Amino acid sequence: MNNPETAIEAKDMVKQFGSFIANDHLTFSVYKGEIFGFLGANGAGKTTAIRILCGLSRPTSGEIRVAGYNVFTETEKIKKRIGYMSQRFSLYEDLTVSENFRFYGGIYGMSRTSIRKKTGEMLERLGITELSSTIIASLPLGIRQKLAFSVAIMHTPEIVFLDEPTGGVDPITRRQFWTMIYEAAEAGITVFVTTHYMDEAEYCNRVSIMVDGRIEALDTPANLKLKYKASNMNDVFLKLARNAGAGRE
Amino acid sequence: MKRFVIKEFLHIFRDVRSMVILFGMPLVQVLLFGYAITNEVKDVHVSVVDPSHDQVTTAIQQKLFASGYFLQGEVLYSQSEIEESFRKGRNKMVVVFDDNFAQKLERGEIPSIQLIADASDPNTANLLVNYANGIIAGYNQSLSVSTNGPVIVPEIRMMYNPALKGVFMFVPGIITILLMLVSAMMTSISIAREKELGTMEVLLVSPLKPLHIIAGKVMPYVLLSFINAISILILSHYVFGVPVNGSLALLLAESMLFIVLALSLGIFISTVSNNQQTAMMLSMFALMLPTILLSGFIFPVENMPVVLQWLSTIMPPRWFILIIKSIMLKGTGLAYFWKETLILIAMTLVFILASVKKFKIRLS
Repeated sequence: MNNPETAIEAKDMVKQFGSFIANDHLTFSVYKGEIFGFLGANGAGKTTAIRILCGLSRPTSGEIRVAGYNVFTETEKIKKRIGYMSQRFSLYEDLTVSENFRFYGGIYGMSRTSIRKKTGEMLERLGITELSSTIIASLPLGIRQKLAFSVAIMHTPEIVFLDEPTGGVDPITRRQFWTMIYEAAEAGITVFVTTHYMDEAEYCNRVSIMVDGRIEALDTPANLKLKYKASNMNDVFLKLARNAGAGRE
Repeated sequence: MKRFVIKEFLHIFRDVRSMVILFGMPLVQVLLFGYAITNEVKDVHVSVVDPSHDQVTTAIQQKLFASGYFLQGEVLYSQSEIEESFRKGRNKMVVVFDDNFAQKLERGEIPSIQLIADASDPNTANLLVNYANGIIAGYNQSLSVSTNGPVIVPEIRMMYNPALKGVFMFVPGIITILLMLVSAMMTSISIAREKELGTMEVLLVSPLKPLHIIAGKVMPYVLLSFINAISILILSHYVFGVPVNGSLALLLAESMLFIVLALSLGIFISTVSNNQQTAMMLSMFALMLPTILLSGFIFPVENMPVVLQWLSTIMPPRWFILIIKSIMLKGTGLAYFWKETLILIAMTLVFILASVKKFKIRLS
């Protein structure tokens, strides 16, 4: 189970909190260089899964490899090869843009010169070179979010985990944000993204849909729409969620 | 690591509140305790019952009233008058002499002197009695010397604090409180803030080891606390003339030990609190109040109920105050307080172990 073509391999991943099963035997693989959408309603177990894959939380059982390394025994190696952006805002608000870049670059062991080079490149791409010594707190949410993403991939990780990265921003910024995600994927970074915006699911190469701790569907958006006879991902999701609800009653 | 420490300093320097706590607090506290909240006794009215009225009692009275602490109150004659004057608040203490004082002394008997103090304010009463006792003891000594040989008038000397200055007693307490405040409260809040803002998750996902995160968090506060301790010492020395009679190096080393202790306590608090408010409340109630109330800083440990005395033995500040008082005022060395030092070291180890364990549990 160490396929060179896969970035993430999970087999029977289980996470239990007491009697509550947050992740119920999740089995999926994420291919290198793809944008993998990890969908589900609030409380379906997305965040639990992403925390396990990032080494923040230990799974109850299962066989899981991230970037080729075992999440039980090789978290240190995994951590060097991944980037992470949480749903909560992850830049230091009282530091300036370039101070944040310097700090995060520093903790990933980047050299001073490569940090400076990378910061310049990324700010240029965002078109905000002039903001490099602005305090984060005074920047609008959209720019902060793009900066947080830039910081998460500045050390060119193999995989970047995005936990609801677009919560609370307007549709235009979300669009721009997805452009950045595409650019990252083209540069060879595997993108693992959780969201509950179904329109964003359309942008992914493949999506998995979680309902009540289980993966109910996993395929390309086009195949899923075909299979569930839906015109968009929103309908696919509603049908799956309704089935699950009916099954419970 | 280096980046982490730089970042931590930037956080501190950009936050007006932490700057005020760090650097304004020591100044204000030392000046406040030094000038305003002193428990010195000065110009207190003291009345006298003196049925003998001979040269000895007069001399003792003169000594008392010449000391500068007491003002001559009324001359009273009976028990009922004493009670009345206390009730009316006309004096805080009454000195009652035996009758035939000088004659008894000459016959080799020991005449009695009674000191009656208004204990509705126990601290002041205690002080008044102590002062008066000291003065009378001084007179006693001069008396015994004069009957047995050359006349020497001995000086009254209050050990360790000759001027009986309150500020001498307060400075060790203030250093303790401030080190506790800055070290424990500031670190626990700053770690809790990272948790609250979600940046802690990002740090934990990064290749940084938990130990590095803690060390990076703590380092700036070690430095700032140390600077704080030194500035309090300088301030109290030059403004109030508080001496450092013992070894300065030893004093600084013990302060360092206490800083590390307080920091490990702060880390421990942060592992059990998830946001800044909880960390703040925990530090306030779990650290500050016991530090002030139970450490012997304001209320002597000996005067506490037994249960509280037991409780005070687990308060790190209690031992540290003993240590710095010994070094600063008595000028003694490690031989006199190695036990206290060991206690502090043991406490530090316990807190570090406990928080490392807590930290690991949280991660898994």
